[in-house]
Order: sequence, then C-alpha cells, then structure tokens
Amino acid sequence: MRKVLEVSRLSKIYGPGCPSCIEKTGPEYETNICPDCNSVVAAHDMSFDLYQGEILGIMGESGSGKSTAVKCLFFDQEPTSGSATFYDQGQTHSLFDLNKAQQRRLSNHRFGMVYQNPHLGLNFDITAGGNIAERLLMSGLDHYGDIRERAIELLARTEVLTQRMDELPRNFSGGMQQRVQIAKALATNPPLLFLDEVTTGLDLSVQAAILDLILEIQQQEKTSMIVVTHDLGVIRLLADRTLVMKYGRVIESGLTDQILEDPQHAYTQRLVASAL
Amino acid sequence: MNPKTVLRVEDFAKQFFIHEQQKVIPSSSNVNLTVESGCLTALVGPTGSGKSSVLKGIYRSYLPSEGSIFFTTSLGDTLDLAKADEHQILDLRRNEISFVTQFLHCLPRQKTEDIVAQPLISRGVKPSAAIEKARQTLDALNIPERLWGISPATFSGGEKQRVNLARGLIAKPRLLLLDEPTASLDPVTTNRVLEMIEALKHENTAILAIFHHMELVERVADQVVTLEPPVLTESILENIA
Repeated sequence: MRKVLEVSRLSKIYGPGCPSCIEKTGPEYETNICPDCNSVVAAHDMSFDLYQGEILGIMGESGSGKSTAVKCLFFDQEPTSGSATFYDQGQTHSLFDLNKAQQRRLSNHRFGMVYQNPHLGLNFDITAGGNIAERLLMSGLDHYGDIRERAIELLARTEVLTQRMDELPRNFSGGMQQRVQIAKALATNPPLLFLDEVTTGLDLSVQAAILDLILEIQQQEKTSMIVVTHDLGVIRLLADRTLVMKYGRVIESGLTDQILEDPQHAYTQRLVASAL
Repeated sequence: MNPKTVLRVEDFAKQFFIHEQQKVIPSSSNVNLTVESGCLTALVGPTGSGKSSVLKGIYRSYLPSEGSIFFTTSLGDTLDLAKADEHQILDLRRNEISFVTQFLHCLPRQKTEDIVAQPLISRGVKPSAAIEKARQTLDALNIPERLWGISPATFSGGEKQRVNLARGLIAKPRLLLLDEPTASLDPVTTNRVLEMIEALKHENTAILAIFHHMELVERVADQVVTLEPPVLTESILENIA
C-alpha cells in the first residue's frame, strides 16, 4: 500500500508560548495550559502516517487536542511547528510550506472535510445542491448541466432525496445535513478525507447509517481518512489504527483492536474499562 | 529453519499491567512452538494457561511482552511479528493470516454472505465472485440458504461460529489461527469443520488451533503443544522492582 500522508512533530500552541509550555503541560501535569504564560498547548509533537485506503482514528476527550491535527492539515489553523507531507499523483506537497493559493487548491480539490457542526461545512444561505455546486465550481467544473448532474449523483449516493436538492440546508434534519456535508466533501473524489466527530449528537440509527456510508466510500474509492472522535464504538467500527490523545499529547498508538483489547496507558485502560 | 516452517514462536510471554490496581497479571509464559505449512499444531492446556493469549499475541491484538514470533511470508521473507510495524501487520492480516475467534464481531446490519465475502473483497476479488465463493463456503458449513441474506445477529451460537469459520477459511490464508473452532457445534457439523480443516491442510495452509477435546486433537493435529499455567518471568519482575 502507498503512503498518502506523513505528519512529523506537529505542534499547535495558542498564545505567546514560552519555554515552560512544553515542560509543564501534558498528561503528567494533567493540564494543557502553561502555568507560566497561560498559552494553551492544543497538541504537541504529533507524528503519524496514513496509507491509501486506510482509516486512522484519533481518540480523546474534549480538549485533548484530537481535532487539532485535522484542522492544521485542512488549513483551518496554522501549526506552531512541525511538517506534513502529502503524496498525491506522483507529486510531493510539503503542506505547511505552501502559499495560501496552493493550500486552497489542495483543500478544494484533493481534501474533503466533514465537521461535527454542519454550519462549518455548509453554506446555510444556499441550497443543498448549491453547496455541492460551489465546491465543483472551485475545482474547475463550469458547465451548469454537468454540475447539476454530478450534484444529483452525489446526493443520491449519500441518500439525500434529490427532489430536495433545491432546498436550504436549514430545512433538513441533522442527519440529512451531515449527508449533504459528506456529499459536498466527496464532490471532487478527494483521496484524503477528514471527519471530525461526524456522528456526535445524531440519533443512533442515523449514526449507524452515516458510519455505513463512510465504510462504503472507503471500500469503493480507497479513500484515506482521518476520523476524530471521542466514541470508542466509532473507532472500533472504522479505524485500522488509532492514536489516543490526552492533554495535547499522543499517549498511545497502535492497531485499533490492540488499543481496545490490550491498552497500555493508564488513561486508555480507564477509557476502555468504562466503555465496556 | 525448516523450509516448511511458517511460524516459529520462541520464549513467548504475555503479561498485563493493570494501572488501576498496580498489578501484573501473567497470561502466558515460556511458549515455544512451530507451525508448518500443510500441518496443524494443536495448542492444549488447562483453562488459564494462556492459549488464547498466544493466538492474540501472534495476531497482535495483544502486544507480546517477551519472545519472538517469526513468520515466513509468501515472498519467503521472515519477520518477527512481535516487532513488525503496524502497516506490516495490517498487510499480513489482509493477505496471509486469518484469525477465527470464538465470537463473531460484526455489524448488526450486514448480510451474512457479505461478512463472509469481506476478506476476499479486501484482497481485490470482484464482489460478485467473492459473494459466490461465500455462498459455497456457507453451504459447505451447513448454513441454510435462507440465512445467507440476513444478519447473523439473531443466529444461534453454533451458526455464528460457522459464519466466523467461513470468513476465516474463505481466503485460504497461509496461516490460520483457530480458537476452539468446534466449541458449540453438533457432531455432524464438527465433522464438516474437520473435513474443511483437512482440505486446507492439503492446500498448504499452516494451522495453529486451540482445542479442548483431546479426541479432536488426535484426529487432526500433526503436533501438540501443551501449555502450563503462566508464571511471572524474571525480567518482568526486575522491571517492576
């Protein structure tokens, strides 16, 4: 299998930063707030890779920094340090060295992002179909008929009634909004998809259907994915490998079944024990 | 190493450290065994002697605490599964090593035939051909056709176990790990399973299996390895001290 992404020593600190930030935060100190300068160490020293068709899980509770990596990789945030290399169609992109235009090009064409909050991923002032058309336009498709046809295809694929494509997303249920977001993220057939708590807050039956859809996409398109979640069930179902985060650090990583059956870190042991 | 040897486990031990209680729980120790192509090695021993832990350690659902697990791949390379990186393990699970556990873990929404076909599909076999093969395997294991299109969630223990077996056997792995494959089966179905095991041996699959009934061991095993209740190994005790 081919490597798609390599992230090395990624860190993100909110605030001025000082030498104590790293020394005095993390799981041993049970905080990610620097006692000296009050900066927040959202993530420190994250390294991982991702292969084609693989799903990597990033697990942790609120505030553990688990979303930080995908936010940096999708260029929603700028990392404080570290590097990320994206291998795509014979080219190598050093993600954090690209200029804004190059970053936009990648996030529009080659990456897809699905947020927990559909307001972040969708434009609520335009229709469901319009949201997908917007992404297709940015990726260079400009024939109205082609765009509409592709939008219908994507909505059908994600089981959104195509008769409703000209409605505004606010008319939809939460699960339906997530499906439109997924359809939009898939519009350009991206090889890399980021999913940030996509099923959190949805009804169980809706969660199940969304997770099935994600697995189907991964199997059919060989899309590589990073799935960020606090939900062990989602990790068990989707992820081949998992990183566990706490107070901004990766405390454990491994094959998902190993993390769940033979967790090494005290925190992971507690987490797994409380879920079963 | 004997050219027929597919797996060689040397001085394997597994201990769990439970942080909450600050306790070390030994699970297996001093395990040495080999499995050869086309042969079945039976793992026997009293409950609690760590038989399942050995299988899980080989499959890397458990991180081995000590020892080496040498596996010879289809390309002829030998690697230590105790130290192999995660991508190598995932690749071997996809292509060379199958594990049939006592319990079936699957989505309650998947059809039985899809669950069984899955290992073939992830090896790149066309879904239609994979489903066809899945149906043949289910049929060979006496699962009635009316069950193929529904989820195994409501199946009996014996039916679930056969679905699990079908999924493990379908891709003809180089190494097959079986944890009590006939535990909840009637004599007729047990015979079917043993016939399938024999057939796999003829196709050169190396099999490591846990059995509780010595009568079954006598029927299918080429080698028998008996495990003793585990002890804490010295190096672990030193690490704790």
